[in-house]
Amino acid sequence: MTIAAAPRIVVVVFPGTWSERDFVDVADALGWQARLAWHTEADLGPADAVVLPGGFAHGDHLRTGALARFSPIMAAVEAFARAGGPVLGSCNGFQVLTEAGLLPGALLRNDHLEFRCDWQWLRCDDAVGPWLGGLEAGDLIRLPISHGEGRYFADEATLDQLESSHRVVLRYADPSGAVTAAGNPNGSLRGIAGIVNERGNVLGLMPHPERASDPELGGDDGLRLFASLERWLQEQPAAAERRL
Amino acid sequence: MRWLAEVRVTLRPGIADPQGETIASGLRSLGYETVTEVRAGKLLRIAFEIDDAASAEAAVEEMCRRLLANPVMETATWELRADEQQDADGALP
Repeated sequence: MTIAAAPRIVVVVFPGTWSERDFVDVADALGWQARLAWHTEADLGPADAVVLPGGFAHGDHLRTGALARFSPIMAAVEAFARAGGPVLGSCNGFQVLTEAGLLPGALLRNDHLEFRCDWQWLRCDDAVGPWLGGLEAGDLIRLPISHGEGRYFADEATLDQLESSHRVVLRYADPSGAVTAAGNPNGSLRGIAGIVNERGNVLGLMPHPERASDPELGGDDGLRLFASLERWLQEQPAAAERRL
Repeated sequence: MRWLAEVRVTLRPGIADPQGETIASGLRSLGYETVTEVRAGKLLRIAFEIDDAASAEAAVEEMCRRLLANPVMETATWELRADEQQDADGALP
């Protein structure tokens, strides 16, 4: 079964989210359908994919992402993720996914204590899942980062397990593709910029693919994630069932 | 009965604490050259109503576990006491 209709993405909005309209702009440009879902909603509605965008959900009070986890819509996001639906958490969305237990680890204050807003090279180490399946291992992409708390942390056993199960999908790199301290913008352990869950359908990454979606923005490598998703949806009969 | 909990949340030992390191460096630059380490954390004062001491202790433990500390990176310790002299306006000390 193939999907003729345009992909439908639901972009979750918490109080303090700031990147939701950029995702909608990308969806519009691609001819997709996008719906903004307020955090108090109980249902996602018809969805092929869910995005948790960047920002400062609930003011990031206590810890980044800690309060967003208890927003009513998160139960629906968790159910969607556990059913295998594609979920992307970018920046603050990544922080929310770790707090919600959908991804392991935590994001701590950048090691230099500065908010870092810049273009960043990333190396794709495993091209898995709906969001990165269209890339190839070793590909270098350039995306913006914009965060003060992006230092990925997990205990050594978790890091080893993530690596051995090919779940560290994106690492901060220098322009040559080497994962070095100089290419690491926040002190993340093992240069980790993005990970997926065991099943591969939930991706958390600190960079912003939606802000690299047009050459006029300085780059369009972010579109590769959206193209991956579209291809993945077309290949998944299950995705069509979720549309019902 | 009203209870007061003072919860301290700190990064687990061994996790780099750049805030603490920066504060330590600030203290040393002020002349406190013997300062070897500072660890920063959060202090949360919580007032709540519950019947007895055992329930109060269990409630604080649950609050820490469910929200106040993220066990991936933090630990929480607390002191709990009955609020014998409640302020009329209920304000925390």
